[in-house]
Amino acid sequence: MAERKIKIATTSLAGCFGCHMSFLDIDEKLVLLNDRIEFNRSPFTDIKQCSPSDIGLIEGGVCNADNVRVLREFRASCAILIAVGACAITGGVPAMRNYFDLRECLEEVYLNGTGVTNPQIPSDMELPLLLDKVYPVQEVVKIDYFLPGCPPSADAFLQMLVPLLDGQKPRLATDQLHYD
Amino acid sequence: MTYESNKAIDANSITIDGETVPFDAGQTIMDAALAAKIHIPHLCHYPGLTPAGNCRLCMVEMNGESVAACVTQAQSGQQVSSNTPELNAARLAITQMLFVEGNHICPSCEKSGNCRLQAMGYYLGMLEEHFHQFNPRREIDASHSTVLLDRDRCILCDLCVRASRDIDKKNVFAIAGRGIHARLVVNTASGKLGDSNIEENDLAAKICPVGAILIRERSFDSPVGERIYDRRSISDTALTEHVPEKEVDRG
Ligand code: SF4
Ligand code: SF4
Ligand code: FES
Repeated sequence: MAERKIKIATTSLAGCFGCHMSFLDIDEKLVLLNDRIEFNRSPFTDIKQCSPSDIGLIEGGVCNADNVRVLREFRASCAILIAVGACAITGGVPAMRNYFDLRECLEEVYLNGTGVTNPQIPSDMELPLLLDKVYPVQEVVKIDYFLPGCPPSADAFLQMLVPLLDGQKPRLATDQLHYD
Repeated sequence: MTYESNKAIDANSITIDGETVPFDAGQTIMDAALAAKIHIPHLCHYPGLTPAGNCRLCMVEMNGESVAACVTQAQSGQQVSSNTPELNAARLAITQMLFVEGNHICPSCEKSGNCRLQAMGYYLGMLEEHFHQFNPRREIDASHSTVLLDRDRCILCDLCVRASRDIDKKNVFAIAGRGIHARLVVNTASGKLGDSNIEENDLAAKICPVGAILIRERSFDSPVGERIYDRRSISDTALTEHVPEKEVDRG
């Protein structure tokens, strides 16, 4: 009987999808991985709900209530949760708003900014509520492994995933450790 | 007693991680280590400037006591441990605190790749910042035509203060306030860099280990892959740093 495929779920919270792009940069190795993994909820599959998975990859920090919900769903469903990239791990570029009050940011963008017409701060049921700050994911749920980088290189993804597929603890090589 | 054994007893030497290291009278443990090409992690020390002992990265165990290597005189018979898992764990925690106390967003920082705080994170294997971020609100000073001061990234190492006072002889910077209220100030009536006589070739303008004092229009000069810490570890570069001799003469 064929070996059960390892289920991987991925999501982008307050991120730019750059980490997902970098993951796809593993190119032809993705074909090799494909024999051993299958994607669950992920922008790659368009599955909207996370069911039990072996590994979850989180890109992006936590900036709104919906991010919190998705992140908790991932923690509840994934045996191993990995924070991927600078934004997930530190808040990253979106966290530049942390040095201002949320109201100041909204007023600057929607009321007082250059070129604003029909000034109003959006408030629609459909829009997730913004948090006061952008938070690293480990401030909200327990994270098992960290994969820093903006984005982490394709090789760094492999260094993280391949040992996990073999049931081993991954360790990032020193030359793969970077925060940018 | 033979001459040889006499010499061994009198010799000015300490041990660092079991290795015998000679020193000259007046040298600190850090001086002796650097002369012997042994890396004791440090951020607020720069050979050629008077040590300040404020970052605590250089903490070592000396005869069972924790001391800062950059401000502790070497004395015969000292047994120093530096590269131990315990000390490196403490150094990692200090580095993480330095990150969260300021606003460090490496992907958007001009100093990235050439930054000693970031390189210390790499050296110590820092994967995340661990502590809650302070998100402090600090003032940017863009009043000078060639030198920019972005206090968000200042780690209060005091290097610019010492370089400006002791080498450039201009006394442009000072650290005001204490503890969590400590902040870098500019010694002009307006408090602005633009009203000071700092110039881009001053040591104070060049010595900042992080991206707090930057020379304008020089950002992102070297591409990714060719920046200092893309190629070398801080444990290696830190052994080669010294205030240029001509500047010491000036000083
Ligand atoms: S000063 Fe250094 S640690 Fe801080 S953001 Fe810039 S590169 Fe990163
Ligand atoms: S501006 Fe730079 S050199 Fe000066 S105290 Fe801050 S970190 Fe140190
Ligand atoms: S290098 Fe010694 S305390 Fe900073």
